[in-house]
Amino acid sequence: MIDTSAPEVVARGRARARRRSNLVALVLAAVLVAGAAVALSLGRGFVPLDDVLSTLAGQGSRSTNYVILELKLPRVLAAVLVGLAFGVSGAIFQTLLGNPLASPDVIGISTGASAAAVLCIVAFGLSGTVVSVVALAGALATAAVMYLLTWRGGVTGSRLVLVGIGVAAILLGVVSYLMTRAQVATAQDALVWLTGSLNGRGWDDVWPLAVLLALLLPAVAALSRVLNVLRMGDDSAKGLGVSVEPSRLGLLVCAVALAGAATAAAGPVAFVALLAAPIGRRLARDGTPALLVSGLVGAAVVLLADFAAQNLPGLPQYPVGVLTGSVGAPYLLWLLARANRAGKGG
Amino acid sequence: MAVTAAVERPTARRGSGTLVLGLVLAGVLLVGLALASVFVGSKPIPAPTVLDALLRFDPANTDHLFVRAERVPRTLVGIAVGAALGVAGAVMQAVARNPLADPGVLGINAGAALFIVTGINAFGVTALTGYVWFGFAGALVASLLVYGVGSMGREGATPIKLALSGAATNAAFVSLTTAVLLTDTDTFDQFRFWQVGALSGRSMAVFWQSSGFIALGLLVALAAARSLNTLSMGDDIARSLGQDVTRTRIAAGVAVVLLCGTATASVGPIAFVGLAVPLLARSITGPDHRWLLPLSMVLAPSLVLGADVVGRVIARPGELQVGILTALIGAPVFIAMVRGRKVAAP
Repeated sequence: MIDTSAPEVVARGRARARRRSNLVALVLAAVLVAGAAVALSLGRGFVPLDDVLSTLAGQGSRSTNYVILELKLPRVLAAVLVGLAFGVSGAIFQTLLGNPLASPDVIGISTGASAAAVLCIVAFGLSGTVVSVVALAGALATAAVMYLLTWRGGVTGSRLVLVGIGVAAILLGVVSYLMTRAQVATAQDALVWLTGSLNGRGWDDVWPLAVLLALLLPAVAALSRVLNVLRMGDDSAKGLGVSVEPSRLGLLVCAVALAGAATAAAGPVAFVALLAAPIGRRLARDGTPALLVSGLVGAAVVLLADFAAQNLPGLPQYPVGVLTGSVGAPYLLWLLARANRAGKGG
Repeated sequence: MAVTAAVERPTARRGSGTLVLGLVLAGVLLVGLALASVFVGSKPIPAPTVLDALLRFDPANTDHLFVRAERVPRTLVGIAVGAALGVAGAVMQAVARNPLADPGVLGINAGAALFIVTGINAFGVTALTGYVWFGFAGALVASLLVYGVGSMGREGATPIKLALSGAATNAAFVSLTTAVLLTDTDTFDQFRFWQVGALSGRSMAVFWQSSGFIALGLLVALAAARSLNTLSMGDDIARSLGQDVTRTRIAAGVAVVLLCGTATASVGPIAFVGLAVPLLARSITGPDHRWLLPLSMVLAPSLVLGADVVGRVIARPGELQVGILTALIGAPVFIAMVRGRKVAAP
């Protein structure tokens, strides 16, 4: 594959790959800014762009202050943060477990949050913040149980995936059971939560998420080099002086907490964690887990999907999770269809 | 075959005597569970009456009618569907070389579900026999999309591209299905009971309708067993052994569409069976699909029937749907076997 007799060629190739992934990250950041501007200005409660900017600078009128600062800005921020968290979390899971399908949606973390939340909604008739907190607890508890069930003098990625399948199946059975036992209207409320929705999200939802991300993302950044080494297998990682088990646990905790925090804020927004990372890796093409790019892709998908969900003509106000699949999936299919070289990473 | 033997792990090699014995034992288990499924139910009927219903049928006797019209058909449907799911799962895992590959994760069930929801919503279909055609068409469209996108590009259908295009297809179809369900309460009410996966209320008409397709699918899969062995060692090895890789994948695809489409349409998307049973069977047979497929074909119906019988007994006078219990019963066993290092990812 790579001609090791020519290290400078490798170095040049790596530099080019790094330049490319930096460029991709910049473009995605620009897309996010543009998307946020569109979402703040257009749609329900139209505000001209210059008024949006002056309002953000603190010189808005009473009505623009209300529309922008109280209604639209928290929702836009929630969309970006939720997408970022799911994207990074999915990328960590898929890389760490060495399986492109191993996102928190598939191996039971989100299912744990869902089971806890649906139990709250259906069995106890709760809603709002309680459901969020319980969902977060559900995700964390599920992850802890999975880790303990997988532990046998250590944890391997493939065993964690298999245990995750089993745990996810049990929890999905619980969710299905609760859904058939509930009244139709309650079950439909639960379905909205299960799909993931940003309707009515305000600063109360944004702040906890922002604080958690501010704590977790630096930790992820610090561990991302280790993640890169862990991909090569436990033995190589040990040989390179990485303490495998604590690093893996640290990364898993970060990934679970990111997914849990995002789920608490918006519900398990469908498919963001699963699709953002493969898209990100295919865009970055630098052979790394592409955590930053994956996170930005997730943020862009959720922001775009939420704007579309609110403003598509002729459609009801869908929860964002209905559209994340429709936005992300065709794009990934398109990327796959035009891939013409082996090894572009999945 | 010498090559296969050299590649297999030594622990996975078993004498064919042991394998035949295992297959016979699994067959005996299945017959026992089938009898239990006819004799045990939420409505207590004495065993002699059941025997009379089978041997000396009296159309005026309501108990006899119940046995003939409810218990016998649901047992037969359970066997057919279980066999279909077990074999389809094994085939998909071989083609995608991923333990997470199952009709649920890879979009086949989602395709069937979307078409069935459209059938209920737009065409007012209510009969289970009407579902089959929609489910079938949906599974076919989904498989074509997954395989079509996954095989574009120069290197053809690599496992990683198949897995990702399956995940993306699943996302797109689930999004569309949810969009319909959130706007149409009546369809949702009908759909949520179908979605769990249930054997109750399946008539002989459902069995006759599905059994032909399933039998055909099983034949195609079993005929491809030998080619799947070579394919699961990797495309390059398979090609170098003179195998037509594309033809094997198409045969596998035809089998999966027939099996999953029919099974899902007849009883709903029963989760976990297609995923876990092949992995468990593999721990007994090793990676030889000529043994793996038949064993999955016998073990999977046992799980389905066992779960169905338990579901009828524990919630008397009501019933718990089989889709809930396959996971609740199967997953703990599965996790225990993963922990015992008996199950390994393909």
